[in-house]
Amino acid sequence: MPPEERRRLRLRFSKAGKIRFTSHRDVARMWERALRRSGLPVAYSQGFVPHPLISFGLALPTGCESDGEYLDVRLGPAPAGETPVAQIPAVLSALLPDGIEVQAAAFVAETEGSLQQEVASCTWELEVLSVPDGEMAERVERVLAAPVLTVRRERKGRPTDDDVRPAILALSTTGSRGHLQAELATRPLGVRPGDLMTGLGTDAVLGMARRTHQWIERDGARFEPLPRSGPGTGDGAQQDARRDPPHVRDRNQREPGGRQPSAGTTSREPTAGGRRGS
Amino acid sequence: METLWPRIEQLLPKVAKPARYIGGEQGAQAPEHGPDKVAWLLLYPDTYEIGLPNQGLQILYEILNERADAVAERAYAPWVDMEAAMRAAGVPLFSVEQHLPAEAFDVLAFNLSAELVYTNVVNLIDLAGLPLHSTERSADDALVVAGGHCAFNPEPLADFVDAFVLGDGEEVVGEMTETISAWRRSEGRDRDGLRRALAEIEGVYVPALYEPEYMDGRLMATRPRDAGVPAEVEKRTVRDLAEWPYPRRPLVPLTEVVHDRLNVEVFRGCTRGCRFCQAGMITRPVRERPAAQVREMVRSGLEWSGHDEVALTSLSSADFSGIEDTVRDIVNDPGHDGRVSVSLPSLRVDAFTVGTAAEIQKVRRTGLTFAPEGGTWRMRTIINKLITEEDLYGAVDAAFSQGWRRVKLYFLIGLPTERDEDVLGIAELGARCAEIGRRYQKSVTVVASVGGFVPKAHTPFQWYGMDTAAELERKVALLRAEAKRARGLTIRWHDPPASVAEGLASRGDRRMGAVIERVWRAGGTFQEWSERFDLSLWDQALAAEGLSFDEVCHRDRDEHEALPWDHISAGLHRDFLWGDWQDALASVAVEDCRWTPCYDCGACTGLGLEHVVASAVPPAGGSQGTGQDLAQGDRIPVQLVSRAS
Repeated sequence: MPPEERRRLRLRFSKAGKIRFTSHRDVARMWERALRRSGLPVAYSQGFVPHPLISFGLALPTGCESDGEYLDVRLGPAPAGETPVAQIPAVLSALLPDGIEVQAAAFVAETEGSLQQEVASCTWELEVLSVPDGEMAERVERVLAAPVLTVRRERKGRPTDDDVRPAILALSTTGSRGHLQAELATRPLGVRPGDLMTGLGTDAVLGMARRTHQWIERDGARFEPLPRSGPGTGDGAQQDARRDPPHVRDRNQREPGGRQPSAGTTSREPTAGGRRGS
Repeated sequence: METLWPRIEQLLPKVAKPARYIGGEQGAQAPEHGPDKVAWLLLYPDTYEIGLPNQGLQILYEILNERADAVAERAYAPWVDMEAAMRAAGVPLFSVEQHLPAEAFDVLAFNLSAELVYTNVVNLIDLAGLPLHSTERSADDALVVAGGHCAFNPEPLADFVDAFVLGDGEEVVGEMTETISAWRRSEGRDRDGLRRALAEIEGVYVPALYEPEYMDGRLMATRPRDAGVPAEVEKRTVRDLAEWPYPRRPLVPLTEVVHDRLNVEVFRGCTRGCRFCQAGMITRPVRERPAAQVREMVRSGLEWSGHDEVALTSLSSADFSGIEDTVRDIVNDPGHDGRVSVSLPSLRVDAFTVGTAAEIQKVRRTGLTFAPEGGTWRMRTIINKLITEEDLYGAVDAAFSQGWRRVKLYFLIGLPTERDEDVLGIAELGARCAEIGRRYQKSVTVVASVGGFVPKAHTPFQWYGMDTAAELERKVALLRAEAKRARGLTIRWHDPPASVAEGLASRGDRRMGAVIERVWRAGGTFQEWSERFDLSLWDQALAAEGLSFDEVCHRDRDEHEALPWDHISAGLHRDFLWGDWQDALASVAVEDCRWTPCYDCGACTGLGLEHVVASAVPPAGGSQGTGQDLAQGDRIPVQLVSRAS
């Protein structure tokens, strides 16, 4: 099929519960199987070993939950009776394992950059274990005040020391005990939730980590690759996301009833405090 | 009983591959336990990714869960890191479905697919919180059951297992469930009563009811303790595979496993008569699944799973009657959109088969695997793997000319009567195959994968004393030196010390139980994993028990010596096996008995059953009674004799 006949379908999904212990690769395989079973006209690469044209967004570390994961799937021309895009989330959710819910689907323009290129930062909710309640705010301040935060990580099998401080765009305590909210940049050197613990003290242990948003920044505005809910559906908290992202041509309504994401995932704007360079 | 999940969840962030422990596969069930149900925990004593695809376990899982009087969940061996975390946190062995502790189950049923997992079996019994030895368990403890190919020499695990199931499990699990239910309802239930009731089921061996007798450190016989139990326990055989179209809802894992594809079993049993092959001997007779049912299982399985690959499994799938039509139908099914590939594990070695493979594997022509097993025709005659050089070169020529870039060849070393020239013959065959490949392609790879031969129970080679580790090492070194001179040939080999340890676990009598227990106590779990295998643990355990590799593994047996599995029957006459062993030593080969007169091995006659083969004529092409003139094959003409009386 000529590439110009392809359509690019963007999907947003959540990952929660037991399935959070599967890896990014595992999730990719689940999607390949679900898409095959869905009957959607997924486009395949040409070449010696044709593979379905699916591109995934940023990898979610194994063990973390998320309210906003993304993938783009290339579809061929619509056959007669193709599932309407508004119904795609329900169709795919039923074919995916428990804990993965498709929240939105929409066609986006081919001219858009890839998810991995476009997403500049993510908002996280982090549970920090074993730091005394009274000390949390102080430790957060210490991280924000530090000019450099060096963490030892493994890259290409080798231990390297990286300064991850520039990637910490925001960090704050939340109303909830032992919980932090963080906004972390994805480049040039990304920082993982686990890396933050180094800055919080040797006794800090990461509990549950949940990615709540991924953000694309363009022309000073910030928006999600695909909002979870369409306009007018009453999610007032998400100001930025209510702007019509320029690249979304079609969008579905809210995810089907009865399959709401797990509790405690209300969207909250990252606080401005501690943000650098803006 | 309450789920352990909240406690397990705390351990998972710290261990490798946590998805091994979460369950949640498509097809996984969450059965409701109850006092009127027998709860089975089906265990695969290796890691999740090795165990999940196991078809035997998946078949029994569905059959049990379909019953009103049973529930079944699954468990796998936790890797070393998880086991340490579980023991530190006091978390016992758990099921992956509902994360219930092992004590929530009435039966712990192990799949025994390989002998080196035996220390894991012991470890899992311990992790389950059960007394290690069968004799120490009370009426309230779960029953420990084991089945699978390795159960045909049950003695090394006899101390730990309450009952073995020999042969096909489809019918037996139902009968055991009923027996256990009835026993639970009975007055004054005691463990001995349960043992006796189970021993009455055809195909069930209860080791506690049998006693080995030794003289001067050597086994003399294994006899029933009293008159109520049979002197010989016969295996169980499902007569008609069509009645068991399982798994209907194959498990689709959430994480990476070996053989991540749909598997459909096309037949059970094999009569090619390869003398080293335990599977081919103990699973006779051949029972084919009707082709229409195969097609239906493929269609519904692909639709259910979303897989893009289906393997038609058996011991020699190219021999399935009408295999070409079956695969063509699958590949050309419009519902599959041309994107489903079919694989035939255990390809026969001939150009014809490659032609079929080419037709079905239109994409992904990366590698093809053949198993000539022996390096010379002399060797292949002795093991009755009657592949001529022409067969092999024709197959390899066909493969490389049709776009495959890698050919893998399986060989055994340490075979009976083996000479160095037979070992060197492996390098010669491999080098010639690479040479053929270079006629078609610039760069080709031929991998010769070499395993040390372990003579197994119920085969004609059961009397043969296997090579020592040192001798196997010498042969590997010889082969590697020779192969260095061949361009495009790579030798891979199985670690010889692991082969001799496998010999202990395969060939030992009941005294091997104490050895296995010592290896386990010394930390020797996951012995089939090269990074975990430790020969010194086995050496020390043997010495402590007054046994030796020489006595157990390396000694030829004579016709009259008692074998540890003499009281177990795979349906094969002992004189058939002995006759075949003598024929081997005399370089006499036998044909595939599906299409020739019967050699009276005992498998069919004992059941009053014939091979269930849809085609009255052998498949075209190929050797071993399948239409090829073997006398034209090589300089040494093979003698084909029918030993039918």
